[in-house]
Amino acid sequence: MEKFTTHTGVGVPLRRSNVDTDQIIPAVYLKRITRTGFEDALFAAWRGDADFILNKDEYKNGSVLVAGPDFGTGSSREHAVWALKDYGFKVVIASRFADIFRGNSGKQGLLAAVVSQENIELLWKLLDAEPGKQITVSLEDRTVTCGELTVPFEIDDYVRWRLMEGLDDIGLTLQHEEDITAFEGTRAGWRPQTLPAKHLPSVHIEAARPVDA
Amino acid sequence: MGTTLAEKLWDNHLVRKGEDGAPDLIYIDLHMCHEVTSPQAFEGLRLAGRQVRRPDLTIATEDHNTPTLDIDLPIADETSRKQVNKLRENAAEFGIRIHSLGDADQGIVHVVGPQLGLTMPGMTVVCGDSHTSTHGAFGSLAFGIGTSEVEHVLATQTLPLKPFKTMAINVNGTLPKGSTAKDIILAIIAKIGTGGGQGYVLEYRGDAIRALSMEARMTICNMSIEAGARAGIIAPDETTFDYVKGRPHAPEGADWDEAVEFWRTLVTDDDAVFDAEVDLDANDLEPFITWGTNPGQGLPLSASVPNPEDFADEAEREAAANALEYMGLTPGTPFREIPVDTVFLGSCTNGRIEDLRAAAAILKGRTKAEGVRLLVVPGSARVRLQAEAEGLDTIFKDFGAEWRNAGCSMCLGMNPDQLRPQERSASTSNRNFEGRQGKGGRTHLVSPLVAAATAVRGTLSSPDDLVDAPAALV
Repeated sequence: MEKFTTHTGVGVPLRRSNVDTDQIIPAVYLKRITRTGFEDALFAAWRGDADFILNKDEYKNGSVLVAGPDFGTGSSREHAVWALKDYGFKVVIASRFADIFRGNSGKQGLLAAVVSQENIELLWKLLDAEPGKQITVSLEDRTVTCGELTVPFEIDDYVRWRLMEGLDDIGLTLQHEEDITAFEGTRAGWRPQTLPAKHLPSVHIEAARPVDA
Repeated sequence: MGTTLAEKLWDNHLVRKGEDGAPDLIYIDLHMCHEVTSPQAFEGLRLAGRQVRRPDLTIATEDHNTPTLDIDLPIADETSRKQVNKLRENAAEFGIRIHSLGDADQGIVHVVGPQLGLTMPGMTVVCGDSHTSTHGAFGSLAFGIGTSEVEHVLATQTLPLKPFKTMAINVNGTLPKGSTAKDIILAIIAKIGTGGGQGYVLEYRGDAIRALSMEARMTICNMSIEAGARAGIIAPDETTFDYVKGRPHAPEGADWDEAVEFWRTLVTDDDAVFDAEVDLDANDLEPFITWGTNPGQGLPLSASVPNPEDFADEAEREAAANALEYMGLTPGTPFREIPVDTVFLGSCTNGRIEDLRAAAAILKGRTKAEGVRLLVVPGSARVRLQAEAEGLDTIFKDFGAEWRNAGCSMCLGMNPDQLRPQERSASTSNRNFEGRQGKGGRTHLVSPLVAAATAVRGTLSSPDDLVDAPAALV
């Protein structure tokens, strides 16, 4: 994972609350088995509308999304983070994030910065007044700067440290493999195991057929 | 001071306490996989040269984009077929148990786990699917994870996690006839909002919850995520033990006794303190529906389409106006006058045998409203077999419904079961997001009883609206 210290890029005001992951990337795009190449899927339904913000020239190269509260709600799909990253976003700013989305972001190096709704309104005004205006996000100082305005953001200390160091979670956990093995030794014998598989007798399942409407 | 059930489950699975702000390392008892959120995780393992640590605590099913017709033929959609084939290849390569299309144990992952007896009290259960919260109904800590975390669990059987806050949802009183677990959870979400549960594990408590069957409890825990919560739990009791006993993977003999003894300790202590509490009176409940494009935009069926101007909060007002435009609704229209094109009965929320029985009891001997399509999709192949053994399939087919094979189907429209643009549905599923059931589709979330009555009348309806109320509800 790339180290994240500071980023400067075009701010995109997305004046919507409750932007769920079905809006960020509709389910039809989840059938791919690769980890990259989701840029075309980002906000796919809205991008069909010529007035949608990312269809305006000033915002096409946006990399800092400034969104309304409860961003990333709904489905756990990590594809939402991949789509934002593949499009070029490095930072999403909102006053509240859904838990799973925020967790997924941290693991993929997308910074989810929590800024008060009051300050988001100020950022929106600045970005609307001067479309294409740049925003600087400093993870080191935990600040968002847009022109003369500098506002603080919140982020979990541990996530911040991992982003700044660019560390991989699995590698960190495997440093404690002995603890995992020791814990496994204490688990009760009746805890269920999927293997060997147990189930009711196998039965033929009749395939449903299309009916004429 | 005592501890809450969620805290006990946490402590029971603590491998290592985090130091200096690092998260705790939590052991995972059961990891379920499906075709959509796992391919990139397996790819990650392969690239790093890692193995699956505990294939014996892992299970895979095919559900999200599998067809519900012609399941014995190759999957017509090429990308769906590729994704399903990839899961089969990954399961074979890493030694993971898989229940594929056509197998009697195939079905929606959250229906399959409990029915095999793999879900039981006192566990940690994860899956790359937000509705994993379903398994919390057994008194387990169960939550959805992203693909990176899927890879993490495959490689280590643990997850680094920060403790959740706890919220008690107290539902007391007696649920009136015609109201269901679905109405309870829709009312809770409308009350606390789609962000109200963020950072919390919700523990559903009170005599109205105690009175529910296991399947009804699963419906409630299933939709915890729609309130933004990480998980929902219900303390196990005799109802839980009775449900688990005798299932294929349930403990037996002395193991059973030992397990039950442990499970009985899984309750919130009387002197424990929750970070937040919410009360709901079950006596006041009536059939609930959603009118907007998030699950928090819900009202009783007896109400009318709200006027955005009536919302005090600016963000809510804007959200309501956007939602009504998308939904094609006019403020003031009584919900009961809204005509519906498609009724979907199924999903991990309401695709279990009790849901099918409840709907069939209403549909029996009645005829479908003209022009309405009713899609009945069992949550699993076993649910389908059970329904057929009880003759429910005949009731559905006589009514004019389409009786399908198991899967997620129209809940999220990844397979061919989709709404057309502007088509309106009454759906027993869990999300009414824009385009969720098909591009431009308009979704009203409802209980199985409302779904059935709607299919009879053609407009959003409850069983009370039917001229001759069925005996089962009197």
